[in-house]
Amino acid sequence: MIEPLKHLETTQVEPEQLKARFSDIAPPLTERQAALESARCLYCYDAPCVNACPSDIDIPEFIRQIAQDNVDGAAHTIWSENILGGSCARVCPTEILCEQACVRNKADECAPVLIGLLQRYATDNADTSSHPFTRAQPTGKRVAIVGAGPAGLACAHRLAMHGHDVVIHEAQPKAGGLNEYGIARYKMTDDFAQKEVEFLLGIGGIEIVYGSALGRDISLSQLQADYDAVFLAIGLGSTRTLALGHEEAPGVMSAVDYIRELRSTDDLTTLPVPESAVVIGAGNTAIDMAVQIKRLGAEEVHLVYRRGEEAMSATGHEQALARDAGVQIRTWARPDAIELDNDGRVAGMRFVRTACDENGRLVDSDRSFTLQARAIFKAIGQVMVSDDLAPTLEISGGKLLVDEKLRTTLSGVYAGGDCTGLGQDLTVEAVQQGKQAAESIHQDLMAAGDH
Amino acid sequence: MADLSIEFAGIKAPNPFWLASAPPTDKQYNVERAFEAGWGGVVWKTLGEDPAPVNVSSRYSAMYGPNGDVIGFNNIELITDRPLEVNLREIEDTKRNWPDRALIVSLMVPCEEESWKRIVKLVEQTGADGLELNFGCPHGMPERGMGAAVGQVPEYVEMVTRWCKQYCSMPVMVKMTPNVTDVRFPARAAFRGGADAVSLINTLNSITGLDLDRMVARPIVGSQSTHGGMCGPAVKPIALNMLAEIARDPETHGKLLCGIGGVSTWRGAAEFISLGATSVQVCTAAMLHGFRIVEGMKDGLSRWMDEKGFARIEDFRGMAVANTTDWKYLDMNYKVIASIDQDKCINCGRCHIACEDTSHQAIDKQLLADGTNLYTVKDEECVGCNLCEITCPVDDCITMVAQDTGLPYMNWTQDPRNPFRE
Repeated sequence: MIEPLKHLETTQVEPEQLKARFSDIAPPLTERQAALESARCLYCYDAPCVNACPSDIDIPEFIRQIAQDNVDGAAHTIWSENILGGSCARVCPTEILCEQACVRNKADECAPVLIGLLQRYATDNADTSSHPFTRAQPTGKRVAIVGAGPAGLACAHRLAMHGHDVVIHEAQPKAGGLNEYGIARYKMTDDFAQKEVEFLLGIGGIEIVYGSALGRDISLSQLQADYDAVFLAIGLGSTRTLALGHEEAPGVMSAVDYIRELRSTDDLTTLPVPESAVVIGAGNTAIDMAVQIKRLGAEEVHLVYRRGEEAMSATGHEQALARDAGVQIRTWARPDAIELDNDGRVAGMRFVRTACDENGRLVDSDRSFTLQARAIFKAIGQVMVSDDLAPTLEISGGKLLVDEKLRTTLSGVYAGGDCTGLGQDLTVEAVQQGKQAAESIHQDLMAAGDH
Repeated sequence: MADLSIEFAGIKAPNPFWLASAPPTDKQYNVERAFEAGWGGVVWKTLGEDPAPVNVSSRYSAMYGPNGDVIGFNNIELITDRPLEVNLREIEDTKRNWPDRALIVSLMVPCEEESWKRIVKLVEQTGADGLELNFGCPHGMPERGMGAAVGQVPEYVEMVTRWCKQYCSMPVMVKMTPNVTDVRFPARAAFRGGADAVSLINTLNSITGLDLDRMVARPIVGSQSTHGGMCGPAVKPIALNMLAEIARDPETHGKLLCGIGGVSTWRGAAEFISLGATSVQVCTAAMLHGFRIVEGMKDGLSRWMDEKGFARIEDFRGMAVANTTDWKYLDMNYKVIASIDQDKCINCGRCHIACEDTSHQAIDKQLLADGTNLYTVKDEECVGCNLCEITCPVDDCITMVAQDTGLPYMNWTQDPRNPFRE
């Protein structure tokens, strides 16, 4: 139930149309398409695409395997560096990563090899009747992981491969983290996140305890005492506030919370949908929110950002997606006040026009405008909830401080994913950090065992 | 526009593009469609003695490039499986309908004088322009003592050619098999026997690939296969070399040649003609795309000739023969070095890894501050092998630049480093 919007009506869009609007945004390649596309890869040496991939996948190799009709081999190449290669194939902003670096972008062609879709082709079509990786001899070591999102899952899989036993504590009723709860529905369809988790757990040696939240059900000090190492992959648990009056009024909610419901529901027609909505923010979550509420039937959707388009963290591809969906993008405007109707519910939002001064600082102008809106979605970033962490764990810029080995300032406690200050909070980066943390934990545990 | 018409052993044709003896020329219906499409001539699919052979079902297979394009085409078909009388009647009819086109008839009968005598006389009565003796078919027919079984024995080639010349007054062209160690020997034999021309190449013995589930080569007949004859773009380099070997052999130099093997574009035709062919025969490209391809071939060749200032085919025919020589006459003092156009380089690194792993370690890789690599040629290490130029996917990005060594022409026979120098 979406409490802040319960006064709104549900969507008027026909179920069949809704289904179409939330079907796969980038349909998978057929066998023929994959053959043709893979033949376009130049099999570069020291390939720019690999250097641009946060998770070190040997892209030319897996594409050559597809071209040679070795789909299982291609998937193995992907999974050996990125066990969540299937979801990354769907959600990675390839336009700023591998595909941007593809040499076929240059000069006369301007058409990169469709690396993301090829990765999806390999991981979707490989034979997974038996898990493709095996576990090393049991080490007798036990590792606790907090959070079953991409970082936690990737770490767990690599630790299990090394022969360690892993217990993941997950606060939600399902694993997958933002893959399950945070990705636009048309980017990952058909319960893929859960299928991928099942596949990953196929290696064995990983137990997930659901509904187990740090600070409520478990404590860091207890985990430290009970396990040989702890990996924190707690993500960002809370949405930033606008710091305006009426922020608790019906009609105001966090985009992340709405998207969670949108992804979780079996029936999109039960979702409350405003006639008009304002989305505040400039990242991919803001875009996902604006596009999805538009597709759900909101007639007018404004995405408002206080700076210009070039400063938006959503990629150009994502911005185009929003425009194509009919979302109005308004830049250089700052939320100033939430306006309510006589019943105390959201009726609109007033904005102050902004500008940059000569020092590049954002300043208010003397102009303002008001947008009618029955709902306001906040997508101005998430923050880490740090109340439940040990006071000795050092935090920098609101995130956990880790070294290059993903070690926190507490011995035996490691961290990765969005809760650290590394990278741009991409799924693929979380996977990489989880994998690297597992290697560090393994090294440290085995070195300790030698004494 | 350039004049594409030719005269071949007295046979006039409006252009040098002929269809080779094969399924496309097995019937009047096909041949007339080809003439309507603009082909300059055809070689009618090989006639034999009655009863006509019987073909199996499942006859072709192919070798594919990475984009699914056919680069090699293989067949296990025999000569025409229609009665001789039907073919002769249709040949006569077709020639009457299309007097301006070259119509040559391919023949293959047992190695007996009477058989050849009988069939050449029958063909002569049709009004056909000439004969092509099929001494090349490498599959099926050699098991019966015909086709390549004849072409591989110069004495037989000479003998049968002589019979044909003796019993008819038509021009006789002998089709060479490439399944020999030195094509010059059967070619010399053909001309000794009185041949007016040789045509080459026929198909190469081949197995294009296997069905690894059924453990059988393709094409699959039941649970078995047999080797076929391969043609298509993959055989063109072999055909060009064999053509050049005959064109520059002192014994056959200047003889009339018809080029066959992987011609699918105007450029391919221009290459065969530059190495001495007067006409070219096409089959695979037509079988894959239909007869309409001749239009682009004629247009392309004609425009290229205009650009080069060649008014007639004869103006450039054989121009590349003199430049094709033995290794020992190559200039030891000639030197090229690779040059990379950095503005065109897309950073794929293929030149570097190819040179580093398999050649002369002459391309340096340097990581730049922006994270890209700079690839540069180490001039002092480069031997001018062309590998980098070949592996580079960008047109004209890597070029091989001739160096001014200041040294005169000196071939291996003159080179002081040659221990066997005379």
